[in-house]
Formats: sequence, C-alpha cells, structure tokens
Amino acid sequence: MTTQAKLRLAAVSAALVTLVATGGTALAQKKYDTGASDTEIKIGNIMPYSGPASAYGVIGKTEEAYFKKINAEGGINGRKINYITYDDAYSPPKAVEQVRKLVESDEVLLVFNPLGTPSNTAIQKYLNSKKVPQLFVATGATKWNEPKTFPWTMGWQPSYQSEAQIYAKYVLKEKPNAKIAVLFQNDDFGKDYLKGLKDGLGAKASQIVLEESYEVSEPSIDGHIVKLKASGADVLINITTPKFAAQSIKKMAEIEWKPMHLLTNVSASVGGVIKPAGFENAQGIISAAYAKDGADSQWDNDPGMKKFLDFLAKYYPEGNKIDGSVVYGYGAAQTLVKVLQMCGDNLTRENVMKQAASLKDFEPDTLLPGVKINTSATDFAPISQLQLMRFKGEKWELFGDIMSGDVSQ
Amino acid sequence: MSAAAEDVVTEAPAVEAVPKRAMTLGTGTSLVILAALLVVPMFVKNFIIFQMTMVMIYGLAVLALNILTGGSGQFSLGQSAFYAIGAYTSAVLMENANINYALTLPIAGLVSFAAGFLFGKPALRLSGIYLALATFALAVAMPQLLKLNFLEHWTGGVQGLVVTKPDAPFGLPMGQDMWLYYFTLAVTLAIYIGSINLLRSRSGRALMAIRDNEIAASAMGVDVALYKTLAFGVSAGITGIAGGLGAIAVQFVAPDGYTINLAISLFLGMVVGGVGWLPGSFIGAAFIIFVPNIAESINKGLSGAVFGVLLFIVIFLVPHGARQVAIVAQQLIGRLRK
Amino acid sequence: MELFTNQVLAGIATGAIYACMALAVVMIYQAIDHLNFAQGEMAMFSTFISWQLMQWGIPYWWAFLMTLVISFAGGILIERLLFKPLAKAPILTNVAGFIALFAIVNSVAGLTWDFTIKQYPTPFGSSPFLGSQLISTHQAGMIGVTLLMLIGLYLFFQFTRIGLAMRAAAALPESARLVGINTSWMIALGWGMASAIGAVAGILIAPVVFLEPNMMGGVLVYGFAAAVLGGLTSPLGAVVGGFLVGVFENLAGTYIPGVGNELKLPIALALIITVLVFKPAGLFGRAIVKRV
Repeated sequence: MTTQAKLRLAAVSAALVTLVATGGTALAQKKYDTGASDTEIKIGNIMPYSGPASAYGVIGKTEEAYFKKINAEGGINGRKINYITYDDAYSPPKAVEQVRKLVESDEVLLVFNPLGTPSNTAIQKYLNSKKVPQLFVATGATKWNEPKTFPWTMGWQPSYQSEAQIYAKYVLKEKPNAKIAVLFQNDDFGKDYLKGLKDGLGAKASQIVLEESYEVSEPSIDGHIVKLKASGADVLINITTPKFAAQSIKKMAEIEWKPMHLLTNVSASVGGVIKPAGFENAQGIISAAYAKDGADSQWDNDPGMKKFLDFLAKYYPEGNKIDGSVVYGYGAAQTLVKVLQMCGDNLTRENVMKQAASLKDFEPDTLLPGVKINTSATDFAPISQLQLMRFKGEKWELFGDIMSGDVSQ
Repeated sequence: MSAAAEDVVTEAPAVEAVPKRAMTLGTGTSLVILAALLVVPMFVKNFIIFQMTMVMIYGLAVLALNILTGGSGQFSLGQSAFYAIGAYTSAVLMENANINYALTLPIAGLVSFAAGFLFGKPALRLSGIYLALATFALAVAMPQLLKLNFLEHWTGGVQGLVVTKPDAPFGLPMGQDMWLYYFTLAVTLAIYIGSINLLRSRSGRALMAIRDNEIAASAMGVDVALYKTLAFGVSAGITGIAGGLGAIAVQFVAPDGYTINLAISLFLGMVVGGVGWLPGSFIGAAFIIFVPNIAESINKGLSGAVFGVLLFIVIFLVPHGARQVAIVAQQLIGRLRK
Repeated sequence: MELFTNQVLAGIATGAIYACMALAVVMIYQAIDHLNFAQGEMAMFSTFISWQLMQWGIPYWWAFLMTLVISFAGGILIERLLFKPLAKAPILTNVAGFIALFAIVNSVAGLTWDFTIKQYPTPFGSSPFLGSQLISTHQAGMIGVTLLMLIGLYLFFQFTRIGLAMRAAAALPESARLVGINTSWMIALGWGMASAIGAVAGILIAPVVFLEPNMMGGVLVYGFAAAVLGGLTSPLGAVVGGFLVGVFENLAGTYIPGVGNELKLPIALALIITVLVFKPAGLFGRAIVKRV
C-alpha cells in the first residue's frame, strides 16, 4: 500500500473509531432532570405529622426508614435516595407552601405519596403545570386516575369508590331486598365511599333507608349507632376511621344489633381496630383487603411479610407492625423503588411517569397473593383489586375471587 | 360564705392599653421597611415571594384581630370563620361568575363585614369567656357550614374549589407570584394606614374607651353597642379581604383549610406580635408561618412539642409580644444617640 | 316515642362524659378564674400514664391511685414552672401559654404511645344496666363516680377552709391576701386538683371512646360548653350542664332535619349562648356584678 493510501486508511479508521466511540457514549448517555444526578435522587413528600391527621405521619416515617434500607443496600442503580418530607398539618394552604418549597427550593425530582385529599387537590394543578410527578398519591379518592387531564398525577391504593362498588354488588347478591343503612364520616373519604356505594347499587340505591354522617370532632358516635338501629336496617355499611369503627363495633354489640356489617378496609386492621373493639363483637364482619395485615397470624410464615418484619426490626424498630399505616408505607415505598429502578439512567420526570405507567404484574411484599400492580397510559390506578374477607375467630378469612373494581371518574 | 347571691368584682381590663404614640413605628423605620419590601422580591426566588405574600395576608388577618381585641377589647376565637367567608366569596365569584379577582376583594370585604356586624349584635351581651365561647362556636361551625350538602353546588363541598391565579395585567414582565405580591402589598398598605387612622380618630378613641372600661365609657356617652358591633364588622371585613387574597395566593379553598386551628394561630400571632400594636401583626404572622417550619426541622416527631416550647420561650422573654422588643430597641437607640 | 326515649338515654350516657370533664373545668375556673385549654390533654396524658402502669402489671385500683397522685403533683409542677412566671403577664399571654401546653402534651403523648387506639379497662363491666341496652354498667358507674366527685367538690368549696380560701383567692385576690391567704399556693392547689379530676374524667371516658392522643379534643369543647351552661362557679351546674348538652345534642341530631346531624356541635353551642343571653351566669351560676 502506498504511504498516501496508508495515511488515508489511518485517517478513516481514526474517524470511524471516534464516531463509534462518541456514538456509543451518546447511546449510554445519562439524562437528568432537576433532583437527579449521578449520586442521588431527591424525592419530596408531604405528610400530616401534626394536627388532626397526625396518626398517618407514621407512613412518612416508614418510608424514610425504607429508603434508608435501600441506601444501605447500595441505592438505586448506584444512586442514593434523598427523601425530604415536610409536615402539612392536613391543611391545604400549608400543603401548597411545603410543596412549593420542595419543588422550588429543595428542587426534588418528584413528589411521592403526598397524603390527604384536600392537600392533594390543592397541589395537583401546581404540580401538573410545573410538570413534576405527583406519584402514588396517598388517598383513595377516585380522582387520581385521570391521565388525560392530569398526566402527572397517579394514585396507588384502590379507590374508595371501587371498594364501595364491590360492597354494593355483594349486598345485592346476598340480600337483594336489604334495607341498607350507611354510617359515614362527613369528609371527602366518607362522601367518596357513599358515591361509590350508590353508583354500585344503581337503581336499588332507594333501598338505603338511612344515611348517617358524623364529624371527626365528635368524641363518641354511640348516639349515631342508636339512631341507625332504630331505622330498622338489616345491612350496615360502616365507613369510619379506626377509632370510630372500634366504637361502633363495641356499641353495636352492647345494644345487640347484628345487621350484615360491611366495614371499610381503612378500618379493617386486626390490631388497630378489631382487637380493641373485642374479637367476640366482630364476628361475621365483612370487609375487603388488598394488603396483608401485620397482626394477622395467617401471614406469619409468608416470605413477603417476613421481609417486612426483618425491615422493621433492623431499620424501624419503633414501627408498630399492627398499624396498617406502617404496612402501607412499606408497600408504597417499594413500588417507588421499582419504578426508579426501571428508569435506569434516564431520570427525567417524563421517564419517571412513563415507567410508572408501565408496571406489569408487580407484586410488593405486602400485597395479598394475587393482587398485582398494573398500570398503563390510560390506567393510572396501580392497585385496583380487592378480595372480600370475613372476620372469624381472631382473624380475617379471605373468600371469593380477587375482584377488580376499576372505576375512573 | 357571703350572704349576697352575687359576686362583686372589680375587674382589671383584660386587654391593656397601648399608648397612642407607640402605636406605630417611627417614620424612619417605616420608610426603611417599605423600601425593603418593594425591592426584595426582585432578588429572591418565587417561593420566597410566595411566603412573603402569605406573611402579609396573615398579617392582615392578625391586624384585624388586633383592632377587635387590642382596639375594642373584645376577645375573638372566631376569625377563621370570617377568613373563610372572604376566601369562599372570592373563589366562588372568580370561578362561578368569572368576576375579576381584584373586584372580588371589596365584595369579600363587604360580605364579611356584614357577617361580622350581624354576629356582633347578639354578641353584645357577652364578654370575656362567654364571648370567647360564642366566637369559638362560630369558628367550629364554619367548616361544617361549608360542607353542607345543599351548598355544595357553589362551594364544592368537601372537595373545595380550585382557583385560577391571575397574571400580571397590561402584559407587565413579571411572574404571577411577583404580581400577586405587589398587589397584596398595595392592599396591605392601604388597610394598614386606614387602620392606624381609624384607631387615632374619634372612633378609635371610643373603641379604646370601651376596651378600658365599658361601663365608664357608656357613662360618658359613647354608644357602646354601635361601636362594639362596628368593631366586629370592620375586623371581619379586613379578615375577609385577607381571606380573599389567601384564596388567590393558594389557588384553592376547602373547608379543611379554615378550621379552628387557623383561629388559634391568628390569636397566637396577635399575642406574639403584641396585642394592640398594629405593626406587630406582621411579626406575629411571620411567627405563625415560619416557627412551625423551624420546629419541624428541629424534630419531626415532636414538632408540636418544639413549637410549644418555642412559644413558651417567646412569651417568657417578651410577655407583651414584639412590641416589648421594639420598645427596648427604641430605648437602646435613644441611649446610643446620646 | 321509643326513638325519643332511646336518644334521651343515649344522650345521658354521652352527657356523663361531658359532665366529668366539666367538673375539671369548673375546678380550674374556681382556682384561676380562667379556662385552661390544655385541661383535656393533661387528662389524656394522665390516662395514658395509668394505662402504662397497667401494662407494667400494676392492678387497676393501684394504678388509679398512683395516677391521681402523679396527676396532682404534675398539675402543681406545671403551674409552678410554667404559669407562675406568667402571673404578671396579660391574660391573653397566659392563654397563649395554655395553647403551647396543649401542643406540647399532645405531641409528646403521640410520640410516646403512638396513635393506634388502645382498649381501656373498666371496673364496672360492660353489661346492660338495669336491662337497658342503652346504658351499660360502665356508663352507670361513670355517672355514679361523677356524682360522687360533684358532692365531694361541693362539700370542699362550701364547708372547708381551704375551699373557701381558694374561692376567695380567685375572686378577690387582693382582699384574700389581706386576710392572710397565700393566693399563689391556692392557684397551685387548684391546678393540682383540676389535674386530678381531669385524670378521673379521662379514666372514666377512655373505655367508651378508646384511648388515643386525640381522644379529649372534642370532649374538652363539650366540657367547656357544659360548664358554661351550668355556670362556671357551680359544680352542680357543670354536671347538669353536661347531661343537658348530651341529651340536646342527640335530639338535635335526630329531629332537626337536614342539617341537624352535621351541625350538632354548633347547634349545641348556639343553645348555650342563647341561655347565656337570658341568664349570663349560666343556669346555676352566681350573677357577677361589675363595679367601676
């Protein structure tokens, strides 16, 4: 080969090599939005650590501990999670302030598991306009499944309306001529359930003989139970939070009122509600579940629960395993970690939402066997399955099939 | 054991007087602060501008309470109700009737004024602890009323209403936050100056006479009933305007945002700022917005306890609120000058 | 008619809760001429202490007595440490102090014992009382203990020297000092007693409403309302007020259509305010005459 030819060959080879080299790096290029880098992923959260809903603050604490565990085990694709959580005291103006702080001052990549329907409604427009993911919202309100209008907002737990519709179908099947009474908390939680119930009953909604609401500020709801019994109903749909659920179970036993009793999943905790109310008073209560109950001995040898209990022992010893909120926080955090892992090196907000909308049959440790997380571009409700259960002895007996209650507004 | 069926008491006034001279900041100080308020937003992030706007809004609400309690001596734990009325009035008018946000404020103020006036009338016969209970009842009732089924069509019920934030007018080159800040600043200044003038006027003197000794005031010819009711009205009106501004700034109204906790916070803001000292209202507002954040950063699990401890420290050191600090500062400056 | 009777009975049962709390409210008012917003939280804290003692194996009645002593001492301690320094401060500053105390006690309780509800035992059992399912033996016991406390307080204030001294110190502090009463320690004593009564209230209430840090929030409001209705200077008024509020609230919720249920508390408070307009000192209170 002539020297000229050799030189030309060398030049072309060098150019080719450079092209391949740079082209290769471009393919493996990392993409970051604010809040993500080579070493860390900043995750924002708001929780009611003080104020009327402070009982749910443990969810934030559980998640913090879980992320500590993930970091101790090497992080996500080598990056550490920086979990920044603020108190909103269950007040919408405070929630707006704290979320703006997270986005504009702390510059987080996404807002994860913010809790409370009022707070989330307050921040939804802001986060969507700023194109920051409002991911795995911690309320069962049905309105977090609207990808067309709010593409940056996604729920997590089964919506209250889906659960209520499952109860409605059950009642219509088991007691078609039932006289139905409803006890509900007079807030977004109770009213959402009530709507789902009525929608599920359809034309038969006229069989509701009494809709009795109560306020969280009431010390005791015993008076309401007396009124409900007097209505002559033979089915009670009980939409109460744990303290009031326990009070109602106890009072119903005291006045010897034994209707068919359907209790919301929110208050189905064995350790948190049934045991204080009295096992003997709760026989036959029907509820639905999507997660395992930490106080229920039937899960003692379940591998998923064992991992959960190990986690508690090592990273969050003050956490109370019978507290449904603790189990909840673990499951939600595990889901987020999965999504972030799926993002790989592309940690843009857009990709986070894309991966979150691509979960296929994902099973966190703490969900019931058979309940799987599935999302798609048109389905922003990760968990929409529930299984009915009946309380017998000292635990819940699951029965029937896993039911899907997909409801979008 | 007394033979009489009555207890005779000579009561010290529940609210102490603030000398008229000390009612405001000196001219020099005021100008410096005003200049700072005008200039600072250009150098800080939007989020800080938002927080400053909220300080002014809550400051207005505390100012209103100061007029009522510090001015006329009537104790109120119900300001959150008037704040909510103003907020909802603005929100409903903006979202359901498409009225311009700036116009909704005077309407909100008038509606709240009317509410306050109407409440003040039956409240005339009550004082001290009984008035506190009545205003407390009002504060507790408000979220319930907002959730009522038959009003849901307008109020949005428990879900609340989302409010659209206005853009700067005339295509001015500023963001929504900054525009809202200057708008709020203008409203606040106007109300602040108006309130000072009110307290310095004859009506103000009448109010303060009622505060110091109602029976004596009545004996001197002050129309106690009218002035007390007016005080409630004016205070409610200003709180309503603050509520309207709050609705626009937060872009959301819901019953859960206007609970008794808000009324208690406003009360604390008044005490920390110095009862009856109008400039202190804004210091008090800053306290109730920022100190909970500070408490939270100290310890999340005990944020309530830390807040309580910080509050105790403040009231131990300055039982008369920020006014005490200002007086001490003034004395120091006076001594330094000599 | 049956519904009416049932609601009245249920109202009496709930009213017993309010009556208990109202007694503690009257106690503190007699001592300091003011209402302590943190009263409910202190009662809740005392109840948690008794619960904790029982968790550690101490039998109910010993835990009960120990808690009374601890609450009494705690009340005095809080007064001496936190409120004596504020004695010269304006009243509104003191009120801010009460609010701060509320925040502290509530937060510490939440951290120490978390927010899951706890079952609390009752020495009276839970079977129907006299065959009525609406009042359980516990609730009858609650009414009984409340009445006992009421009688005790009445005797204390009317017939003992200390009781008289306390009333004097609260009503006319300067005159009281002139006759040699140590008004400062009267206030401390009042706090201690109010704290102890609050503990009893909490211990009686917890079996019905379940023990958790936020259990007393609503109860305190009703307790205030009941005390004000009955007349803040009258223990008998407090108890009667409690029962009246309980019954009225239930009846309002049952019979006022539409809003009755959602506005139970405001309606109850509105009733009380109406009563106050006609009887400013409450049903059983002593009329206060103000002199210039």
